[in-house]
Amino acid sequence: MQGKNKSYPIMVIGGFTVVLFIAMIIYICSYAINNERTMMDNSYNAHQQLLRTKNSRGTIYANDGQILAKTVTDSNGNETREYPFGKEFSHVVGFSVNGRSGIENLANYYLINSHATLKSKAEAKENEMKFPGDNVYTTLDVKLQETAYEALSAREGAIIVTEVKTGKVLALVSKPDFDPGTILDEWEDITSDKDNTQLLNRATQGLYPPGSTFKMITSLEYYREKGDEYLEYRYNCNGKFTNGTDTIRCFHGESHGALDFTKSFAKSCNSSFANISLQLDKSSFEKTLDNLMFNSELPWDMNYSMSSAICNADIKDSDMMQLGIGQGTTTVTPLHINLITAAIANDGILMKPYILEKVETEDGKVVEEFEPAAYKNLITSDEAYFLKNMMEKVVTDGTASRLKGLDYTAAGKTGSAEFKDSTSDSHAWFTGYAPAEDPQIAVTIIVENAGSGGEYAVPIAKRIFDAYFEK
Amino acid sequence: MIELYLTEISKYVIAGSMAFFTFFSFLVFIYKGEMRRGWIYGLQTISLFVTQFACFIQIIAQTGSKRYFFLLMIQTIVLISTISMFRMVYPDGNRLIINNMCMFLMVGMIMITRISYGKGIRQFIIASASIVIAFLIPELLFRFAFLERMGWIFAGAGLLILLILLVYGSVTNGSKINFRIAGLSFQPQELVKIIFVFFVASILAERKDFKSVVIVSVIAAVHVIILVLLKDLGSALIYFVVYLCVLFVATNQPLYFGAGLCSGAVASFVAYKLFPHVQQRVMAWKDPWTDIDSTGYQITQSLFAISGGGLWGLGLYGGTPSSIPFVEEDFMFAAIAEELGIIFASCLIAVCVSTFLMILLEAYKIKNNFGRLLCVGLAVTYIFQVFLTVGGDSKFIPLTGVTLPLVSYGGTSVMVTIVMFALVEGECLVRSDERYQAYLEKKREKINAGKK
Repeated sequence: MQGKNKSYPIMVIGGFTVVLFIAMIIYICSYAINNERTMMDNSYNAHQQLLRTKNSRGTIYANDGQILAKTVTDSNGNETREYPFGKEFSHVVGFSVNGRSGIENLANYYLINSHATLKSKAEAKENEMKFPGDNVYTTLDVKLQETAYEALSAREGAIIVTEVKTGKVLALVSKPDFDPGTILDEWEDITSDKDNTQLLNRATQGLYPPGSTFKMITSLEYYREKGDEYLEYRYNCNGKFTNGTDTIRCFHGESHGALDFTKSFAKSCNSSFANISLQLDKSSFEKTLDNLMFNSELPWDMNYSMSSAICNADIKDSDMMQLGIGQGTTTVTPLHINLITAAIANDGILMKPYILEKVETEDGKVVEEFEPAAYKNLITSDEAYFLKNMMEKVVTDGTASRLKGLDYTAAGKTGSAEFKDSTSDSHAWFTGYAPAEDPQIAVTIIVENAGSGGEYAVPIAKRIFDAYFEK
Repeated sequence: MIELYLTEISKYVIAGSMAFFTFFSFLVFIYKGEMRRGWIYGLQTISLFVTQFACFIQIIAQTGSKRYFFLLMIQTIVLISTISMFRMVYPDGNRLIINNMCMFLMVGMIMITRISYGKGIRQFIIASASIVIAFLIPELLFRFAFLERMGWIFAGAGLLILLILLVYGSVTNGSKINFRIAGLSFQPQELVKIIFVFFVASILAERKDFKSVVIVSVIAAVHVIILVLLKDLGSALIYFVVYLCVLFVATNQPLYFGAGLCSGAVASFVAYKLFPHVQQRVMAWKDPWTDIDSTGYQITQSLFAISGGGLWGLGLYGGTPSSIPFVEEDFMFAAIAEELGIIFASCLIAVCVSTFLMILLEAYKIKNNFGRLLCVGLAVTYIFQVFLTVGGDSKFIPLTGVTLPLVSYGGTSVMVTIVMFALVEGECLVRSDERYQAYLEKKREKINAGKK
């Protein structure tokens, strides 16, 4: 039996198959290439082990080329990881034994790979050495990190310094700390510690009540709702604010007297801000908190905790008053407060914070370079202008007066966050930037259990600003 | 030190020559007639041996073992004689299919040897024996035209084998059935694939009325159901798709095709609800990462391998293919992508598609109805199996656990696929005979016209 010569089903089957296979090949290639890094960092991936036996782990550098971490091989071929600055960079550089943390984890993919030229690989092979892993240059500034580390001295707390126009992380300190070079020997002690907080990077993972630093956000919301009407705001403070059965007290019961809006902010008057928060629209505030990345992801590539600030249409007045002054259930990370501060300083534009500057091979060939990138417009430039004005007043006529009369002009907001009962000392906060007229860096400091922000956090900020402007 | 340079340079040579091979395997479609394609086949053969040579350079550089050198020599001799002898014995055959087949066998043998030397040698012996047998098949198919009319016998034989399997088969790995005869394990359902295609092609070539279609469909469905009961989901899917495609070509009826697809969708849904092992496969496909320790292990290891190789691969003996369970049977694609690179692996799939298209083209040209359906059936059997294994390895579709034809380890699978290609070559003979008869007819008419 003879069929027709033309058979369209054959063409349909052929065409369909070709399309299907093209789709599949594109899928396979894009999936493999796009997910290469996350898959390489998976602990089930045997390739990681393979690379480690082939390449020696690369070096981590500070922004001026000082070594933060390097691998040293002895004559028997045993490798040890050395951290020349010891505890100073403990959390941010991290460790790479018994798991990984910090930059050791973030940049693991680069550090274990080697893009060295064939020539230097051949040389390494001839000397019976492993291939040199790629080196990572970070944005970290040794001078600022050391200043911050020393300024925090024996206190517990965290400091984060970022460049507002680029998002570069210049310093990141957390205490209590550990020595990444000897962590293996102390592993038992560190992990058996009940609170196990030594390994916690407080700058990014520590959740603290924001205290008065949150007034930046309450003020922003007030300005968003009322605009220039804020100029007409008046309040007379007698040390406390009462609404029904709920009372909010000013720090140490101080009476601030007659205040306008800016003065309430500069003096950090809790009573006035409790009063302000009751005038706010709850659902609008909820939206603002959303905008400012509360209860949501932050643009941060390493471990961090999510800040939490609850506001909705059904919230009670008492909770609203607590929220307005950054107390109650509200918690933030120093990182988050720093990002908000940096965005204010940068006319409302938040740059994506980054800590890896570039990746180079041992022979100096650039493998990858990271450029500053805007993350999003956190607030409008008008709102940023409003907040900047107020934050300057905090220095000139308010709680951060210890930053007054210097070669540079600083701006910021202090906070004294109460965390247990009123008998214990409060966490001392300061977040700010300098110079006020052309902001370069944003500094956020929390000193646990110290006292008032103006007294304990601001002096640390001064030391950091001094160090920065000295160069 | 020299090993390092050899390994690195050979990476690019391997991917490059494979890319050339792939390019030529599609270029042939532009030229009509085997005569005009001769030079392309020549270049293709050269690319094939450059690839093979570079692979062995890499192996010897990495292992420093001389035994691979002799293996290279023997394999080269077998492949060269296959390509040249085929050309001499069957000048009317299609050389693209043979060249591509040799490429698959070559890549497969290298990868299997790399994973397990003993298995590599076994595969090589079985493949060589199969090639010898395959030389007889085109001629036999051409002579034994009565095979076309034995549809019901094929149906009976296929069902009988499957039923025996269902009753006696020893179950291994939950889905694969092995018969052990004199120490050699044999997977009969691989053979039933060909019998099934013969049955469907032979019946549908003669009858296309509704009643016959229903009867054939029911018998085909019984095949599929038995395979599902045997937990061989991959084969069940292949039989189903092959049947639909052959039916579509035989009847020219998109309606049958559509109805078949719908019933297939319903059947898959029922199977999903009914069988926990089907659900497990689907879950492991949707999210292998949460259960990376157990159900997601194979697929995630496969994904690590595919992405870990990068564009050019880690080089033979440079990766860790053995970390994937059953790598030489079910995850050859991943192993190839890991060590020879994703460019090479993509080219390999493209060559599979080229082989498939060439068989379809032969089917398109052939006038004999049975021959056309047989070619379509074999082509779809082949390409759908490729799709299942490559798609399964890369998480494009759920994993079914079928082999990559000719490349994966498995004697039965290799033998059956070589026989399939030989059958297609047999149909090429039928087609060139058709052309020759048509030519004679024309000549006769001319002479008759001249007489008048």
